[in-house]
Amino acid sequence: MILIKLYTTFFKIGLFTFGGGYAMLPLIQEEMISHGWLTVNQFMDIVAVSQMTPGAIAINNATFIGFKLAGIPGVLATTLGVISPSLVIVLIIASIFNKFADNELVQKAWSGIRPAVIGLILTVVFSLGQQAIKGGKEVIIAVVSLILLTKLKLHPIIVIILSACLGLLLAFI
Amino acid sequence: MKQIKLSKLFRIFLEIGGFTFGGGYAMLPLLETELVEKQNYLTDEEFLDIFAIVQGIPGIIAINSSLFIGYKLRGVLGALTAVTGISLPSIIIITLITEPLLNLEHNFYITGILMGIRTCVVVLIFWAAYRMGKKAIVNAISILYTLGMIIGILYFNLSPIILIAAAGLLGIIFNQGVKE
Repeated sequence: MILIKLYTTFFKIGLFTFGGGYAMLPLIQEEMISHGWLTVNQFMDIVAVSQMTPGAIAINNATFIGFKLAGIPGVLATTLGVISPSLVIVLIIASIFNKFADNELVQKAWSGIRPAVIGLILTVVFSLGQQAIKGGKEVIIAVVSLILLTKLKLHPIIVIILSACLGLLLAFI
Repeated sequence: MKQIKLSKLFRIFLEIGGFTFGGGYAMLPLLETELVEKQNYLTDEEFLDIFAIVQGIPGIIAINSSLFIGYKLRGVLGALTAVTGISLPSIIIITLITEPLLNLEHNFYITGILMGIRTCVVVLIFWAAYRMGKKAIVNAISILYTLGMIIGILYFNLSPIILIAAAGLLGIIFNQGVKE
């Protein structure tokens, strides 16, 4: 039955994905094309739409396939499928994590991990920045949004909306 | 730490799901603003710890972080509430408007708007890293961990998971700032 097939396929995607985002696109593509659910072009379309809409790419993709093949029940099957493995794994890890959070050894390990994670996030800033910031217009938007954020202390969502408006405005120049 | 209402937890994740362009890392500044800075439901340290663990377990970063934070704040119900909130905007948007969106991919106005959003997201993540960095980098030696991670990823192409494990091990041996 199609709903079970959808659920198990997306369960597999949820289980074997590390890191999320673009790292998992090849796995999703392979699954969709081998089942004959999408052509390569349709898959590229979903990636394009995912870049234009908010939310995780995996959820966007799961929703699209589920809806296309089996309507709303299909959407439920695919999205629950992609979330299920995470739910089980995270709940187990989180309960262990809470139990050992105050352990001295664990605390010491965190003292090294926390500054390292800041480095990880900065490498993401670097690679996303290289893709996003291509010219003078982007630099203007970056400077303006930094000022809105740090000097005017606006909420990040407001800053996103204002940057979108500024991007639209600069498109005319 | 005060306890968050489930309805509020849902509203926060729903809002973030509707404004996250670009996956797990783009969520980070929004989550940090809502849960740490504005409301104090979590500390910056707890937030970073969760983010580090999420790197090392299978699954989608956005989904795993929502589940983890939801669980930490309100148990299993909290995890389910957060993951529903973060997913719902995608589900609704994709179900309703994929077809019209495909015709707009190269639209002049949309391209401008997306340029604005993508640039802004880079700045938001940078600012979140800066703010959390002030808490995470407690002394001159902890900066070495930050630099080590950057050099390991950018110049040696090492996996972040391996580097996080190494940082934890070094932390146990050399101990940055935990009182004995």
